[in-house]
Amino acid sequence: MQPISKHTGLVMPLDRVNVDTDQMVPKQFLKALTRQGFGRNLFYDWRYLPGEVPNPDFVLNFPRYRGASVLLARANFGCGSSREHAPWALLDYGFRVIIAPSFADIFYNNCFKNGILPITLPDAEMDELFRRAEAKEGYQLTADLPDQTIRDAQGLQFHFDIDDFRKTVLLQGLDDIGLTLKHQPEITAYEQRHHPQATLYEAVDFKQ
Amino acid sequence: MYDKIWESHVVREVPGEPGLIYIDRHLIHEGTSPQAFAGIEAAGRKVRRPDLTFAVMDHSVPTKNRELPILDDNARLQFEALARNCKNHGVHLFDMFSRNQGIVHIIGPELGITQPGLTIVCGDSHTSTHGAFGALAFGIGTSEVEHVLATECLQQDRSRTMLVRFSGKRPKGVSSKDLILALIGKIGISGGTGHVIEYAGDTIAALSMDARMTICNMSIEGGARAGMVAPDQTTFEYLEGRPFVPRGREFHLLVDQWMSLPSDFGAKFDKTVELDATQIAPQVTWGTNPGMVTSVTERVPDPNSFRDPDERKAAVRALEYMDLRPGTPIVDIPVDRVFIGSCTNSRLEDLRAVARVVRGKHVARTLKAALVVPGSRVVKAKAEAEGLDRILREAGFEWRDAGCSMCIGMNDDVLPPGERSASTSNRNFEGRQGKGSRTHLVSPIMAAAAAIAGHFVDVRELGVDVTE
Ligand code: SF4
Repeated sequence: MQPISKHTGLVMPLDRVNVDTDQMVPKQFLKALTRQGFGRNLFYDWRYLPGEVPNPDFVLNFPRYRGASVLLARANFGCGSSREHAPWALLDYGFRVIIAPSFADIFYNNCFKNGILPITLPDAEMDELFRRAEAKEGYQLTADLPDQTIRDAQGLQFHFDIDDFRKTVLLQGLDDIGLTLKHQPEITAYEQRHHPQATLYEAVDFKQ
Repeated sequence: MYDKIWESHVVREVPGEPGLIYIDRHLIHEGTSPQAFAGIEAAGRKVRRPDLTFAVMDHSVPTKNRELPILDDNARLQFEALARNCKNHGVHLFDMFSRNQGIVHIIGPELGITQPGLTIVCGDSHTSTHGAFGALAFGIGTSEVEHVLATECLQQDRSRTMLVRFSGKRPKGVSSKDLILALIGKIGISGGTGHVIEYAGDTIAALSMDARMTICNMSIEGGARAGMVAPDQTTFEYLEGRPFVPRGREFHLLVDQWMSLPSDFGAKFDKTVELDATQIAPQVTWGTNPGMVTSVTERVPDPNSFRDPDERKAAVRALEYMDLRPGTPIVDIPVDRVFIGSCTNSRLEDLRAVARVVRGKHVARTLKAALVVPGSRVVKAKAEAEGLDRILREAGFEWRDAGCSMCIGMNDDVLPPGERSASTSNRNFEGRQGKGSRTHLVSPIMAAAAAIAGHFVDVRELGVDVTE
């Protein structure tokens, strides 16, 4: 995972509540075997008209937002399916920072596993960011993770909260499996205390 | 109950870090696992507990002519990858030809892999289903799948808890699907975010395991990662004799343990919601998320009736997508296709209820198709032994093989653009059943009634048997 510390980028506002992960990556793209290349399918059904013609009415296709890497979203962003293809697609498209008033739990978790910084801000501050992003072409924001602030060139500065542990993971791009494997002795001790097992008492039809 | 299960699974807990909890059962399917296996292989890691890991092919499997070669190359490659990964790592696999194959959340309970007090995860948000047994079960992302494969543990923060109490006797014709839809309508699709829900009250206690699973299944649609019901006599009776459940004395010792799981009297919850089941009518969704729902006796709402401006905008958009006019009575909405299936409602009890409604009748001539897709091949075999397939076929339904099917449309079972379905599944998101498709979520008997009438009807007024 690529660490993230301070990121400055073009802002794209997506003014919809409850954007679900089915919209980020529709099911026909879930049949992949790798994590790469999902960016071109991001928001597929909203983004393309029949024949994969870009839909000029969808914000992602507005020329002024080309190259955006900071996404402004509304409440409950990422609800629905647990598919990690959603953050893979956002990242592959180029988004590193997502700012919303609230996120769905699984999606929020998945962001941290992929080096995306999800920032939660109160509604009033979100409204201000949406206003600025829509008013000014080329509007950029800087997300400063060590400082826990976001700033723009006009002097706006908002503080955000983030869990200390998650912050460290993102800053250092830590491999959390590696972290857990350091605790092997504790895992083994747990297994010896509790004997977790799944014993079969009657034949069933499976392959081993 | 959540705290009890959490505490008995803590491997390590230090302040300032997420807890490390042990996972008792790891379920996987073809859709969200290939990258996880690729990850552990790339890092030279092993599956720590293949014996606690169970894989199944369900999301993209064909529901007819399964013996024919699979034409969709991507789906075929995914099946092959799953088979290869399971073989290389010694993981149990229910492939699409297994007699025990089915939707992952149907076969876990059916085989007794799911048991009270266990921690269960799967790379699928509807893992919440298994909570009906008093297990802590929730969906995870693919990186976490990889984490569990490699360590049999998961890094987790403790959730907040929410008590949802349903009281009173459910009216005839109102099923557990209606209870959960009514709850989501009330708390909204993010009402449970950050929480684990415990469902309680006399209404829940009176439900069968099949019906409890329907409720827990849709916890995630209310934003909660997990939903649970305290195990009781109904739970124990369901489990006794299942393939993975201990027998005899061992079983009774287990039951004793399970009896200590329910929340203690006066246990504290961060949030409590009360619903009066006697006041709930059959539910029908009108919009593009499960919280956009109303009673069958009502009308499509006017977006101006929403006070919150974001909700108003969302409602306008939803009605446009669904091609509905505010004020239209729900019963005036015609349907093109009916889908009875998915991990929400494809168990034997659901199929029996549908058969009772449609026995001796025929689906409306205006209907383009009516599909019944059993949740598992075991459900299918049992239904056939009871003759349900014959009743359903005679009524004009197609009787299919087990899988996710039109719930997600990853195989050939897709709802075409612009068409409207009455569906027993759990998500009515834009494009969920097919690009441009319009989904109305309902209970199995409401779907059956809509199939007969060709439009939504209050199943209680159809003059059919709605007893359980
Ligand atoms: S039936 Fe639908 S909701 Fe359930 S696991 Fe399959 S695709 Fe997911």
